[in-house]
Amino acid sequence: MEAEFPVVQYISPEGQLNADYAQTYDRQHLMLSYENMLKARVFDRKAVNLQRQGRIGTYAPFEGQEAAQIGSAMALETSDWMFPSYRDHAATLTFGHSLMNVLLYWAGRVEGCMPPEGKHIFPPSVPIATQIPHAVGAAWAEKLKGRTGASIVYFGDGATSEGDFHEGLNFASVFHAPVVFFCQNNGFAISVPVSRQMKSKTIAQKALAYDIPSVRVDGNDVLAVYEETKKALDRARKGEGPTLIEAVTWRYGAHTTADDPTKYRDQSLSEEKRVEDPLTRVERMLRHNGDWDEEWAQRVSEEMSDRVDNAVKDMEQYPAAEPTFMFDHIFETPTWHIREQRDSIERKEG
Amino acid sequence: MGMNTLQHQPSETNAKPVGQTEKMTLVQAVTDGLRTMMSEDEQVLVLGEDVGTNGGVFRATDGLINEFGDNRVVDTPLAEAGIIGTSIGLAMNGFKPIAEIQFLGFIYPGFEQIVTHAARIRMRTSGRYTVPMVIRAPYGAGIRAPEIHSDSTEAFFVHLPGLKVVAPSSPYDAKGLLIASIEDPDPVIFLEPMKSYRAGREDVPVEKYTVDIGKANVVKKGEDVTLICWGNMVKPTMEAAQKAEKEKDIQAEVIDLRTLYPLDKDTIVQSVEKTGRVVVVHEGHRTGGVGAEIIGLINDHALFYLRSPIERVTGYDVHVPLFALEDHYLPSIDRVYKGIQNVLAY
Repeated sequence: MEAEFPVVQYISPEGQLNADYAQTYDRQHLMLSYENMLKARVFDRKAVNLQRQGRIGTYAPFEGQEAAQIGSAMALETSDWMFPSYRDHAATLTFGHSLMNVLLYWAGRVEGCMPPEGKHIFPPSVPIATQIPHAVGAAWAEKLKGRTGASIVYFGDGATSEGDFHEGLNFASVFHAPVVFFCQNNGFAISVPVSRQMKSKTIAQKALAYDIPSVRVDGNDVLAVYEETKKALDRARKGEGPTLIEAVTWRYGAHTTADDPTKYRDQSLSEEKRVEDPLTRVERMLRHNGDWDEEWAQRVSEEMSDRVDNAVKDMEQYPAAEPTFMFDHIFETPTWHIREQRDSIERKEG
Repeated sequence: MGMNTLQHQPSETNAKPVGQTEKMTLVQAVTDGLRTMMSEDEQVLVLGEDVGTNGGVFRATDGLINEFGDNRVVDTPLAEAGIIGTSIGLAMNGFKPIAEIQFLGFIYPGFEQIVTHAARIRMRTSGRYTVPMVIRAPYGAGIRAPEIHSDSTEAFFVHLPGLKVVAPSSPYDAKGLLIASIEDPDPVIFLEPMKSYRAGREDVPVEKYTVDIGKANVVKKGEDVTLICWGNMVKPTMEAAQKAEKEKDIQAEVIDLRTLYPLDKDTIVQSVEKTGRVVVVHEGHRTGGVGAEIIGLINDHALFYLRSPIERVTGYDVHVPLFALEDHYLPSIDRVYKGIQNVLAY
């Protein structure tokens, strides 16, 4: 099966563009991809530090998965729908979520779930795979309305063991929904390696059972991810149905800041994986082509660092939530139970 | 006693429609409610297992596919999480899906979607996205159905914030409450008492009307004791009330709750203030059942009017037995009658 689903790679870890894709070299696009990945990495490292300093709560880092998230999100159009899991901030930020809101969410504020006006970015799904049927439903609605919007849904390798993954693929197949299933296979579901998660050799092959086209892509190759996601979205828009993308990647660090990966994997592996790093390979490629600009990269990094610092300030200065806020959005019109309980908090009756 | 002797009382905010009526069973009233809303609003979709060509295993969606086509009456794969999960996506993107779960006892694979998403999306997006969907499910024992088909686990849903839970007992209420549920901007669990599906016919207006969610119906007025019930339990409760009246001159007030969340506090409290004695009747399991919540509500709002402890006549804390024993599980007229005697003898 691995032979039937070869890993599509446009840029090698050494920074060489595969001859088959030579025509896809676009300096502007690659620089923008790099810029987005660099910004995401700066954000992610700062977020981990913020958690260590106790300024945000438990955080789910993504370092190593930038290409998978950013390559795919850059292929989206404003009218599309994004259904992220809790690790997909690089994707949501690329699609237009605000830095401050992402931080606010991890600081324990539900207000952080809110995307900018006009952007369909869903709150990060915390249960595993349950967001997959929503993406199918939203895509199905686009089709029923005769519109060309598509859904993309992000999930990990562990999610493919859940029933909701299979029900989602099956519904999408039956109803020919314009949805892209985007799996980031980072090798582990917390502590459980893929080899223990499933006997299938690939995740891409699972789409065969649903007669859905699928592709296995180097998830650390931002160009391959972008191009393959774009193809899948174009298919969806043309009414050609869903696609499953397996982006093979690696997360260097812990599942969350509450987790110690040395308990279940040799972390020297993570250091070895650095040779395949999504940022390094683009840098190498730009260097080969004489397009690399060290000062530019430095500037992007510093500017992002300042932006994150400002977002942290905004997050920390965000007005404290009123305790009564928790009652505000349970129903459109609160029931008497909620009104009474809200009143009791206002009167401090407990 | 037939269903038509249970006189529907319109709630204060809903004038009873005066137009043309038709005699309908409860399940026909459900179909009529679906048809009414599908005709009015193109965003209303029906989806579930066997709801299309087959018209539903209870015929609740009979004929709708011919009228509205298979894009609006959708036979889905056999997958409850998929039905509810995709309905959530449809609802968030402008549709009003009505998901049919074939029996309430089969809803559990889809339970996670209800708990972790349908009930929370309004909160998690501060109102940006909402889930205006209805999940319909036949429930309850007494029709000699196979194992697992007869559950009455409404308490699971009453416990969850963000859901409304409705359980009509009559054809009139079924249509009016279903329309109100479809129009409700929040997710509604619509429990259809399957033993009452074809238990009788009553006049149901042909026009569109609603029965308010959250309004109980006083189906029989009385001074001596308040009997609180819903769904399939209204019939044995009414019969027990009539027996008590005939044999002991006990005037029972019978409240059909119609909505289990939010409860109609005012109707319950006013009745308890008048009678001082209460029997709650439900076929769901006793422990943690909706009856316990009703007793809590009375404790909070009418404790000092009580003249005896509140009696619960309920299903037992056992799995609904296979049908050879289901009549022993279900509250019977005699068990309700005994409950009435207990609170009066205190």
